[in-house]
Amino acid sequence: MKASVDETGKKMGMWLFLYTEIILFGGLFVLYAVYFSRFTADFIQGGKQLSLFFGAFNTVILLLSSFTVAASITAVQKGQKKAAVMNLLVSILCGVVFLINKYVEWGEKIHHGIYPNSDTLTGMSSGQNIFFGLYYVITGLHGLHIIIGLILLLVALFAVSSGRVTASRFMLLENSGLYWHLVDLIWIFIFPLFYLVI
Amino acid sequence: MGHQPSQHIIEYKTLGLVFIALLAMTGVTIAASTIDLGKLNVWVALLIASVKGSLVLLYFMHMKYESRVLWLSFLTTVFFLAIMISFTFWDIAFR
Repeated sequence: MKASVDETGKKMGMWLFLYTEIILFGGLFVLYAVYFSRFTADFIQGGKQLSLFFGAFNTVILLLSSFTVAASITAVQKGQKKAAVMNLLVSILCGVVFLINKYVEWGEKIHHGIYPNSDTLTGMSSGQNIFFGLYYVITGLHGLHIIIGLILLLVALFAVSSGRVTASRFMLLENSGLYWHLVDLIWIFIFPLFYLVI
Repeated sequence: MGHQPSQHIIEYKTLGLVFIALLAMTGVTIAASTIDLGKLNVWVALLIASVKGSLVLLYFMHMKYESRVLWLSFLTTVFFLAIMISFTFWDIAFR
C-alpha cells in the first residue's frame, strides 16, 4: 500500500491562504478607491508623474513569467524535466528584472524627494500625498510578495531538478505557481490604477 | 477520479494563446487610457483588468479544471470582497 498523499488537501490549503491575500490587497484597493473618488484630480496629477514605460514593461515581464510558470507545470506533467527547469529559470529571471525595475523606479522618485513624510511630498496637496503614500504601500507590499514568490519558485526549481517533483507528485510546484500567479493577478490591477489614471 | 484531481494537462499552445491575449489586452488598456472618457476611464480599465485576471485565473491557475468546492470557495471570497467594497462606499456616500 502506498502512503496516502493528500494532493487535493494541499491545494485547498494553498487556495485558502490565497483568499486571505485577495482580501488583504482588496482592502488596500478599497482604500485607493475611496480616496480616488475624493481626490480624483490629485490622483490624476500623481499618476502622470509615474513612468508609464516602467509600469508597462513590468506588466509584460510579469505576464511572461506567469506564462513560463504555467508552462513548467505542463512540462512536468509531460515528463519533460529539462523544459520545466528552463521555464522556471525564465520566470525567476523575470522576477529579478521586475525587482530591478522597481528599484530604479523608486530610486528615481526618492531622488526627486518623493517619499513618505518627505518635505516635497508633505508640501504637495493632501490628495497627492495620499496617492504617493498608497503607491509606496501597495507596490511595496506587492514587491515583498515578489521576493517571497521568487524564493518559492527557487525551492520548486531545486525540487524539479532533483527529481522530488514528478509527473505524479507536483503539488510543491503547483502551489508555488499559484502564489506567483496571484502576485501577477494583483499587479494586473495595480498597473491601471496607478500608471493609467486619467 | 478524486485521487489525482489536477492531472488535466493544459497544452503549451493554449497557454501561449492566453499569454498573447493578455499582452494584447495590456496594449488595449494603455490605448484606452489615452482617450478621455471622463468617469468611464476607470471602469474601462477595471473591466479590462478583470478580463485579464479571469484569464490568469482560469488557465494559468487551472481554475477551469478545478472541482466545484474550489469554485464555490473562490466565489465566496469574491462575494465577501464585494461586501467590503460596497458597504464601504455605502458608508462614504451617506456621511
